[in-house]
Amino acid sequence: MNPPPSATAKRNGPALQATGLVVHLGGRTVLEVPSLTVERGEVLAIIGPNGSGKSTLLQALALLVPLTSGELRFEGESVHRGSDLVALRRRMAVVFQEPLLLNMSLRENVTLGLRLRGLPQSQVACRADFWLQRFGIASLATHHARALSGGEAQRASLARAFALEPEVLFLDEPFAALDAPTRAELIESLVAVLRETGVTTVFVTHDRNEALALGDRVGVLMGGRLRQLDRPEVVFGAPVDLEVAAFVGMETVLPGRVLAQEESLALVQVSGARVEVVSDLPPGREVLVCLRPEDVTLHAPRNGGSSSSARNRLRGRVSRLSPRGALVAVTVECGFPLVATVTRRSALDMALSLGQQVDVTFKASAAHLIPR
Amino acid sequence: MDLIVDGFRQAMALMLGLDRELLRVTRLSLQVSGSATFLSLLIGIPIGTFLALNRFPGRRLVISLVNTGMGLPPVVVGLFVTIMLWRNGPLGLLHLLYTPTAMVIAQCVIAAPIVTGLTLAAMQSLNPRLRLQLLALGASRWQMLWFLVREARLPLLAAVMAGFGGVISEIGASMMVGGNILGQTRVLTTATVMETSKGNFALAIALSIVLLLLVYAINLFLTHIQQQGRAP
Repeated sequence: MNPPPSATAKRNGPALQATGLVVHLGGRTVLEVPSLTVERGEVLAIIGPNGSGKSTLLQALALLVPLTSGELRFEGESVHRGSDLVALRRRMAVVFQEPLLLNMSLRENVTLGLRLRGLPQSQVACRADFWLQRFGIASLATHHARALSGGEAQRASLARAFALEPEVLFLDEPFAALDAPTRAELIESLVAVLRETGVTTVFVTHDRNEALALGDRVGVLMGGRLRQLDRPEVVFGAPVDLEVAAFVGMETVLPGRVLAQEESLALVQVSGARVEVVSDLPPGREVLVCLRPEDVTLHAPRNGGSSSSARNRLRGRVSRLSPRGALVAVTVECGFPLVATVTRRSALDMALSLGQQVDVTFKASAAHLIPR
Repeated sequence: MDLIVDGFRQAMALMLGLDRELLRVTRLSLQVSGSATFLSLLIGIPIGTFLALNRFPGRRLVISLVNTGMGLPPVVVGLFVTIMLWRNGPLGLLHLLYTPTAMVIAQCVIAAPIVTGLTLAAMQSLNPRLRLQLLALGASRWQMLWFLVREARLPLLAAVMAGFGGVISEIGASMMVGGNILGQTRVLTTATVMETSKGNFALAIALSIVLLLLVYAINLFLTHIQQQGRAP
């Protein structure tokens, strides 16, 4: 059996570099990215709401959609009108949201790209065996593509892409059409394979959790523009603006003003309360205070000093309870609405009900300030 | 009633006795309609595929013409092909009128729009993202086209069946451009018409049965291939 292919570590410099990328489709500008670099060996996750241009960006980078203007460099080589696109595409692989298998056996599907490249039969067989095994579908190899479940088909699509040993792998929402348990399983397989191969990957998704699970860096694409591109903890912890904050799951966003600043701790006045937030912004600055519901904790009302390390403690009344899978989102009105998520278990234990008085706490480091 | 029973009895005798005239007419029918269908595939599949995959000004007009062509009356085709091949017509120099070649041309004109229209429909029924996936897999333009046609092979077989069924049972054009000449251009349909008009019902019935059996056998064969490709 073949060892897994290693990442292409021959050359230095970025795998892909886009400058002044503009794509018009049907007379509309759907993509406008002044600059984007995909480093060799990294997993770049691009997130954004539906219709934000994520797929177009991926297809433009994968040389499947012509650029209206701009320049693209693949492994240092400039891609232009006269470029042999087929030859360049043969160094890449794309997995789409739908498995898009052809009307043939699973094995024939997995070997398709290799056969298109005219690789020798022995090599084709060897790679197919390896990747069928690696994605746990070797026993289904002779099955017809139509006889596969959604999860199996998507594994086949991934195996087909990895069998090509691409220099850059593009994943366009590959899990979006799968049910939750299948998706979780497949993400686990993919994380492991990406780590083993170290293949440069551009991964597009609307699911923040997938981006967190897979991305070395996360880009947020909205309205065809790249709004933020940074390490996941920065994008999710310190979104650049309100829209990005809302998309990455900052449910509580409050306007306020910095009153005082001391040792990277800002005292912020929000409507009816004062909160402390880790920030270097100077006094007088108008800001938005952002908080993720999972960083907010609920307590039974209690007087006296706080025992937890949380810096902020506010009292309010429960104004809304909405179930979210295994969790419950609780909106607490404390001069302003603040959203917290608790497990169903703790919601029961606390006997949460509308109008009930509760204390909410959050750490100064959990909140994030966006200057206005 | 006797007429029918008698006709069937004589027809059986002709068929079981492998009547020479019957065999010759049957063979020519298969040759002419088979060639015409084959040529119409060579014309119709590329055009249908092109129309399905490309957007250009006037595309809708072309498609509406193809759809109209699918219902082209054979006599109209016969008339125009006759005029084209007439002794002092544009192609008169070729001396093709009243030859099997003329019949192939006429039948091809009838079958080509049918094959084109059904190919267009077959290719359009494919997932449009499949093209993108094939290109992403590194397919060249020709490889992509080949695999798309291959993906549409089951509905394309329907196009073959419809094209062949249309021309082997067609009579107007074959009569006009072929002339129903004994031993040269007489096919199952034109012979049936002639024998019927002569009151020669036995032979007419025999010819009809052979025609029906042929159409049935060929469609059975193609259906078998088509259904084999379906998932269990």
